[in-house]
Amino acid sequence: METDRRPWSSDVGSGAPLLEMTGIVKLFPGVKALDGVDLDVVPGEVHCLLGQNGAGKSTLIKVLSGAHQPDEGTIHWNGELVRLTTPMAAMRLGVATIYQELDLVNDLTVAENISLGHEPSRFGFERRREERASASALLERLGHREIKPGMVVGTLAAAGQQIVSMARALSRDVKLMIMDEPSAVLDQGEVARLFQVIRDLTAHGVAVIYISHRLEEIRGIGDRVTVLKDGRTVATGLPAKTTPTTEVIRLMTGRSIEYAFPPRRQSPFEVEPVLDVHGISRSREFEDVSFSVRPGEIVGIAGLVGSGRSEILETVFGARRFESGSVSIDGQQIRAGSVPAAVSAGVGLCPEERKSQALLLDQTVTSNITLASLGRFAVGPFLQRRGESTAAKEQIATLDLRPANPERDARTLSGGNQQKVVLARWLLKGCRVLLLDEPTRGVDVGARSELYGLIRELADSGVALVLVSSEIPEVLGLSDRVLVLRDGRVVHDGPAEEIEESDVLGLVMEGSPR
Amino acid sequence: MSDPTTTPATLDPVPTSPDDAAEDVSRLRRLFSGSVGRNLGLVLALLVLIVVGVITGGERFASTANVLTILRLASVIGVVSVGMTFVIIGGGIDLSVGANVALASVWATTVATQTLANDVHWIVMVLTAVMVATGVGAVNGLMVAYGKIAPFIATLAMLAAARGLAEIIADRKTQIINVQSFLDVFSGDVFGVPVLVIIFALVATVGWVLLNRTTFGRRTFAVGGNAEAARLAGIRVNRHTLWLYTLLGTSCGIAAVMIMARTTTGSSTHGMLYELDAIAAVVIGGTLLTGGRGTIVGTVLGVIIFTMLSNIFTLNNLSISAQAIAKGLIIVVAVLLQQRIADRSRAVT
Repeated sequence: METDRRPWSSDVGSGAPLLEMTGIVKLFPGVKALDGVDLDVVPGEVHCLLGQNGAGKSTLIKVLSGAHQPDEGTIHWNGELVRLTTPMAAMRLGVATIYQELDLVNDLTVAENISLGHEPSRFGFERRREERASASALLERLGHREIKPGMVVGTLAAAGQQIVSMARALSRDVKLMIMDEPSAVLDQGEVARLFQVIRDLTAHGVAVIYISHRLEEIRGIGDRVTVLKDGRTVATGLPAKTTPTTEVIRLMTGRSIEYAFPPRRQSPFEVEPVLDVHGISRSREFEDVSFSVRPGEIVGIAGLVGSGRSEILETVFGARRFESGSVSIDGQQIRAGSVPAAVSAGVGLCPEERKSQALLLDQTVTSNITLASLGRFAVGPFLQRRGESTAAKEQIATLDLRPANPERDARTLSGGNQQKVVLARWLLKGCRVLLLDEPTRGVDVGARSELYGLIRELADSGVALVLVSSEIPEVLGLSDRVLVLRDGRVVHDGPAEEIEESDVLGLVMEGSPR
Repeated sequence: MSDPTTTPATLDPVPTSPDDAAEDVSRLRRLFSGSVGRNLGLVLALLVLIVVGVITGGERFASTANVLTILRLASVIGVVSVGMTFVIIGGGIDLSVGANVALASVWATTVATQTLANDVHWIVMVLTAVMVATGVGAVNGLMVAYGKIAPFIATLAMLAAARGLAEIIADRKTQIINVQSFLDVFSGDVFGVPVLVIIFALVATVGWVLLNRTTFGRRTFAVGGNAEAARLAGIRVNRHTLWLYTLLGTSCGIAAVMIMARTTTGSSTHGMLYELDAIAAVVIGGTLLTGGRGTIVGTVLGVIIFTMLSNIFTLNNLSISAQAIAKGLIIVVAVLLQQRIADRSRAVT
């Protein structure tokens, strides 16, 4: 990767700022997402934004792109006080955001995507030649002549789609480009080319806000770094190339967590593992992953988005088919790629996307809880609804689901209570291995502690649990043992008490502890 | 998996219990927020139609004979619609039902004529029709569930193919049924009620029980409401989808038998546009085209409203074209009403 300093970066940080955000506060019901963020960006620099999950990066981007309105604080643009009331207003100033999930229309051509929303037209008719000419000029400027304006976007690789996204941003005279983890979907060669493009942009005076969890990228492309923690700016204007890693990680860690974790079980585990995962692989997702979980144990998996953590859980559950290796429950190998086989062996999964992968939103709480255990309430083909409702009520009481109404539609519940419904489904099934993927996503602070308590109680009752979370403190606080994943490989496996948050962060960000 | 054609031997799965009054109240409320409440708009529409019928048709409309005519006409499409309700709640659609009915009727009458004798037992024709149609449904199910072809496309292809096959078998001729025993059984009455109407009632009852009181029904709602969640709860979604289309095929077979009895013919032109009528009845009945929600009661009401509308128009010597316009209007109005009611009931809970 190219690391030589560019001629124009010598005065970076000293020019008049393009953007100045001061004291930005953003409240959400029950959460202070931003609590005093300061950020200034000068033309032509690559400003890196660092912070752990939940530190406030995404909220900050949304404020800057006009999607959220700050509750307090000011934004100056070229020295003038501005209010970004809509995404359109931000766009007009010259702010363009390239999100992780690219917002392109897959079935349209490259040129059509680039001009989407401001198509050149005369009397309502598209001017296709003009559209194509301007698209190819932009692509050429980005150094990607091989992407033709007539290509259908869906046929391009992820890297190509990202270039189209950038071309689209450039088609509207952009002055500040925000890139949210652009490298998550790219391989190394593609990252290098992306950096070329970024350098070219900054050479033309465009400022870039670059978000990534990978320190080597920040060192490769960044000029200055701002670190967020707990919705606050804890450091700003750090030189990206020379600030020591230990210093960066120190700034990011030690978030004040308002929720308490239940005490771990003290007695050692002497029983045999119930779940034994041995050397499973899936190409381009994860490789040679092995771990085992004993009854009563919580094993946490830490890793970045794209590290393969969710894919591993889904593979153990049979929702994806492993290509090599084996998964055993109580020493019995289970069939690859069969959810019913995993379920009948006693495995349950609370998936990452609660609403789209777990819940029947328009069905009652009862129907949702009994979904995996319907056979138990059937006499012949007929459902015994009384038994079903009794069982659901028991689960509602055990998990303290609120409101405790079994006839409510799942849609009307809060995030925490929806998660309890999914937990109840597997408790009722009598799972012996429970896989939890981001169990506290979208759950407010109060309900979190409660869920943590529940998860620990489950473990104490003899269930073996695997926990995946983007929040490192959660993985460390709740688990007995921790696996750290990087690029689909297990790079660490050990007791949770013996590893620090900063070590985990070092492992996922740089591949080595601190 | 349950055998979906089992007749409900143990009906009344909600035994009355000596629970307290509060339970009764909540049950009453559930009843209202349940099928009756949700179908309130349909019941009102039906009442309005009856009033219009009585005013414009008088005795001719309100006679027992006319009521039986309406029910007899509603029966054939009603049986198809009950099957269609399952497929649509399960997140699918089937455009091939009309063609399937035609194919089954032609196949069954051909079997009867080619044996060159009058001693074909009526049960042979019935079994042929039901088996052929069930087979067609199963092929639809295989294409959708395992071939991953969009239901609209798969069944559109089947619509064309089944109708074509029916034409080949029938050689474009209408086959007259001369098996008297068949006509005796299916064209008759039992205590004044036409056998066709009894069949419709039976199919609707079995359908209701299957949808509301069995694991199969619950899984149908789950598969249609959120297929991914159903899959991750350990439900065999593909197999279930196959069952749904197969079951609809069976309903088409039963409908074929009924249309053969009503017209005493087997013809490749039977069941024309049944797919539209059935889908319209199901949608009017409050079943979501996106799946996951719907009722058999609503479908039955939808079918009856449709048929009664035609009847009133015919009694008043209005053209078929006027009927079509009215049907179109009714579909839009009914769906608008259903949406309002659904939104309100969701807001209340």
